[in-house]
Amino acid sequence: MNECKQTSTEDVLILAIESSCDETAAAVVKNGREVLSNVIYSQIALHTVYGGVVPEIASRKHVEKINQVIESALEQAGVTLQEISAIAVTYGPGLVGALLVGVSEAKAISFATGIPLVGVHHISGHISANYIEHQELKPPFACLVASGGHSHLVVVKDYGQYEIIGRTRDDAAGEAFDKVARAIGLGYPGGPKIDKLSKEGNPDAIAFPRAKVAESEYDFSFSGLKSAVLNYLNSCQMKGEEVNQADVAASFQKAVIDVLVEHSIHAVKEFGFDKFAIAGGVASNASLRAALQEACDREGITFYHPSPALCTDNAAMIGAAGYYEFIKGVRHGYDLNAVPNLKLDEA
Amino acid sequence: MKILGMDSSGLVASVAVVEDGVLLAEYTTDYKKTHSQTLLPMLDEIKRMIDLDMGTIDAIATSAGPGSFTGLRIGAATVKGLGLALNKPIVEVSTLEGLAWNLWGTDRVVCPLMDARRNQVYTAAYEFVPTDKPVGKASVAGDETTQSEKSAELSLCTLIPQEAMDVVEMIEKLNALQRPVVFLGDGVPVYEGLIKTHCKVPYLFAPAGKNRQRAASVAALGAVYYAHGQKVTAAEHQPIYLRKSQAEREAEAKA
Repeated sequence: MNECKQTSTEDVLILAIESSCDETAAAVVKNGREVLSNVIYSQIALHTVYGGVVPEIASRKHVEKINQVIESALEQAGVTLQEISAIAVTYGPGLVGALLVGVSEAKAISFATGIPLVGVHHISGHISANYIEHQELKPPFACLVASGGHSHLVVVKDYGQYEIIGRTRDDAAGEAFDKVARAIGLGYPGGPKIDKLSKEGNPDAIAFPRAKVAESEYDFSFSGLKSAVLNYLNSCQMKGEEVNQADVAASFQKAVIDVLVEHSIHAVKEFGFDKFAIAGGVASNASLRAALQEACDREGITFYHPSPALCTDNAAMIGAAGYYEFIKGVRHGYDLNAVPNLKLDEA
Repeated sequence: MKILGMDSSGLVASVAVVEDGVLLAEYTTDYKKTHSQTLLPMLDEIKRMIDLDMGTIDAIATSAGPGSFTGLRIGAATVKGLGLALNKPIVEVSTLEGLAWNLWGTDRVVCPLMDARRNQVYTAAYEFVPTDKPVGKASVAGDETTQSEKSAELSLCTLIPQEAMDVVEMIEKLNALQRPVVFLGDGVPVYEGLIKTHCKVPYLFAPAGKNRQRAASVAALGAVYYAHGQKVTAAEHQPIYLRKSQAEREAEAKA
């Protein structure tokens, strides 16, 4: 590690690269807060026929698209590599084959140019999307991270310093959305499809369980809820009853949201914060945002959320997180490896 | 002409620099460490050892596949990143041709075998064929002979095109050629028994130093390709997998 703190007032430009799952993304971010470009090549359509992300297909597509995405990010930002202060790259968690593409590319650019390299935790990126959206937001605050692979309640102690106070014991929230969507025939990706269909259904039509985890007030469990939905669908089928898909979607979504809101508000109050943020793909769910906004308003908590485009995987958020690592003096070497199970509090 | 060569298609990680027919540096390891941790640190080492200015490289030759999917992608993303940053072209060299180049000059049929599991190999068969070619260099003052002299060059010619196939099927194709063969590659120790049982033509196994991927060969053969104008941009480069993903194969089988 090479210490060279940025002490001058000159602008810090981060070229950020993200390839942890099925989006190939690159961005240029100025001083951690201003997005000069944010380019995303989404592979969702490719994976839809398989009902989920196929790691080998995702990895191949990343290799195919990564240079075009980086070149577009530089071009749209109107900067050259020579003006870049550091290269930030997601090195975990995620699909190892997918992560390796971004990590290898970032290291090679760093090696060829001498531009410092900063590895970034994917979830730190999601949380940092809030810094882009809300210029005034500063740690400490509490944050709910909910996505296809993660459901965490996090205390953001400082930039890049996290303490996980609650986590899922089984399925992530987004995973539950995908599985239920598949069961009622909506297909992949489940979150946006359930959110949309829910608007036509009655959220109180079916009483699905709100799971609590014994002795751990902030942890989540969504597999019981998922099973309850599957059991409900099976019993309807056996009785020959017609399933109202919209009611199932709305009732399921309500059950997820109730638990997320309750745990979140409980944590914010217990830890004495007056600020609460959300992050991750599930944070783009309109009903969840509305429910959290209402709960925060009621409790006098300021609620922060990134715009939907910054909730799903993107590189601008990695640029924001990377900026704070860079100014702290964090540098990674050419032996940086992808870490598929990278822990947020160990990054 | 200075060519950087890289190979991470199998267990071997290898980097080399070849300039005007001379190998300036080569660093090869065959050790169970991920290429993500070895490839660039090795390049960094030779860069420092030979005071290499990356900007002076004309092209980056890479072992483009077939091989381990992950290994190929680490190599591809690395050369794409180098190519993007340095604005240099990529010369795609088949991993199997690169292996064959290790045995430059042999009269035998060269058969690289890369283990692709379940009795499958990535393989091909080649021969070296002399082609007359005038010496390209201008004559040096006082040295009258070079201009008229002819020198023989060896071309790598394909006898059996590269493919993922059953190892016994490949051995039978080699039997049909009725010529002595030399085998090399990481498939040799895996399928030695099948070779002994099925191979009816005289055969040899290449020794250490020649029987695995070498970036020096990738760079040397890459230099030949580059001289013939065979190159792609860093953005265009993608590995040659020779196989679709399992999900795609299963979907096709169902259809």
